[in-house]
Amino acid sequence: MKIFVPGDSAAISVGADEVAAAIASKVKNATIIRNGSRGALWLEPMVEVETDKGRVAYGPVSVADIDSLIAADFINGGQHALSLGLTDALDWLASQDRVTFKRVGIIDPLSIADYELHGGLVGLRRAITMNSGAIIEEVTDSGVRGRGGAGFPAGIKWKTVAGASSDQKYICCNADEGDSGTFADRMLIEGDPFTLIEGMTIAAIAVGATQGIIYLRSEYPYAIKTLQKAIDIAHAFGWLGSSVLGSAFAFDLKVRVGAGSYVCGEETAMLESIEGKRGVVRAKPPLPALEGLFGKPTVINNVLTLSTIPAVMADGASAYKARGVGRSLGTQVFQLAGNIKRGGIVEKPFGISIEEVVNGYGGGTLSGAPIRAVQIGGPLGAYFGTEKFATSLDYESMLAAGGMLGHGGIVVFDSSVDLAAQARFAMSFCALESCGKCTPCRVGSTRGVETIDLIIQGVKVDENKKLLLDLCEVMSDGSLCAMGALTPMPVKSAMINFPEDFTGEVSRR
Amino acid sequence: MKYSTWSLDAALAVLATLREEKGPVLMALQALQREFGYVHKEDVTLIANFFNKSRAEVHGVLTFYHDLLTQPPTDNQISLCVAEACQAVGSRELEKEVKAKFGDEVHDGYCYGNCALGPCAMVNGAIIGRATLDSIAKARS
Repeated sequence: MKIFVPGDSAAISVGADEVAAAIASKVKNATIIRNGSRGALWLEPMVEVETDKGRVAYGPVSVADIDSLIAADFINGGQHALSLGLTDALDWLASQDRVTFKRVGIIDPLSIADYELHGGLVGLRRAITMNSGAIIEEVTDSGVRGRGGAGFPAGIKWKTVAGASSDQKYICCNADEGDSGTFADRMLIEGDPFTLIEGMTIAAIAVGATQGIIYLRSEYPYAIKTLQKAIDIAHAFGWLGSSVLGSAFAFDLKVRVGAGSYVCGEETAMLESIEGKRGVVRAKPPLPALEGLFGKPTVINNVLTLSTIPAVMADGASAYKARGVGRSLGTQVFQLAGNIKRGGIVEKPFGISIEEVVNGYGGGTLSGAPIRAVQIGGPLGAYFGTEKFATSLDYESMLAAGGMLGHGGIVVFDSSVDLAAQARFAMSFCALESCGKCTPCRVGSTRGVETIDLIIQGVKVDENKKLLLDLCEVMSDGSLCAMGALTPMPVKSAMINFPEDFTGEVSRR
Repeated sequence: MKYSTWSLDAALAVLATLREEKGPVLMALQALQREFGYVHKEDVTLIANFFNKSRAEVHGVLTFYHDLLTQPPTDNQISLCVAEACQAVGSRELEKEVKAKFGDEVHDGYCYGNCALGPCAMVNGAIIGRATLDSIAKARS
């Protein structure tokens, strides 16, 4: 009998390893599969058993529950206080539209057989039979945009690299998911790493690259292990190496581990870091697509962008772009984080409202206090109050509302949050993580902290607020990359949407 | 965590495994730290000579990255996430408590991708969700 206990690091962080060990020692003949997480993180560790009706879930399970679960005959789907019923019938999951995350939590992450049984490798096998132009046309036509935050159309980037002539081209996957409130890259790598490998292989075939590199952050030690194992398995399978699945294409894949620098999530700083240097941002042009890693034409895409490609190639562009709104096509993997009752992964077509995600799926705050603010799109994204909850979550609507969608992370704060403290943190984080290349970012962030401190202390509040806005303008206009250019976004949005926290009166604090 | 004691030969043996790597400086520093727990003061010159780089370049890389240490680490290493999602569930308060109790074992972390189950800590490489002073203390060895 098959028992699923997630090996996802979020599940492990709340005891999944101990639960798996306890089940292994107490249930005879159990085959324990360490699957990824289904994404309902508040239910972790969520244990599933295979029954003839489908998989039945229990959660959140602790070691202390194992004896009573056994007494309740959970291995045959018996009723227990922690019963959640059939996993596929859980409304929170059933109402989602999983495309990129379709296999995460369902399959054994390190079994190619399981991967193929659930639709894996269909896209790559199709790509092998197509020419470069046709693959790129399919990707362009699907409307897939860069999921790292910038939303640049993937197909156009690929076309530039395909059109460049060079003895060597690279596919670089940006897995330096440094934004607080985002964890979809990690969960995909831990739960379905072959999807990423397949997406990168398709990209390589499309643009004529033979070497791929995944830049994965050191803060994700569990993901590093899983990904390295998956790459080794793919090599042994004849997928990676000198002949991809028996074809004339060669493709190799390496993992490079980061070293704790946030700015290395910026694509050109990432290239510098892969080259072994300080993670200092490069000026563009030249575009990395033409002069990227080691000066060679390079595709740089985020984990989720590349991991969406297999579905596009398997099901076709039209199936993918049938989802979404306007120019934001397909699905977005939203990540619900912070002070949230039901946090986790919500994959839905673009165009769902903040309200539906945060209150609908998320169920409000964990603390039970009212929501006061959400920060969307990572540390460089805007703080919104609940008056903006009707906003549609797509690239254009978020921009129009004075924010950005970014990587789709939503951090929820309850009524105890102090937005002046959050604005100060944004500036101090920029001061800590700035690569130092641009003066407005390197020096401006430190001056920003000092100015916000003066506002908090009530010193010449109006003058200092004006000064801070001016500083924000200089940083936005005078920085090469998003670190300096977008740090003003959380600061300004906090000032505009929560002016009552910037009066210099200490009563709120 | 267990680390080897630094010696010139042992350090050179680590570097020898990276001879074929393109852009090896950061990897070399990381590999030495994995082996010895930190980057020894001789390592900068060693890497520079081994890979034909300037000492300035190696020093530049060493001082850029937060992960790289130039002193032996404490026996226990506690990293506490102090980024926004964990702040939203009280990591600032927890940080004060943990630092008061465990002092220089504690380092600020910025996101372990466990943002729905914060506050998140890493204790000797093991991840802890919904972290408390108690659970962190229990995870120390």
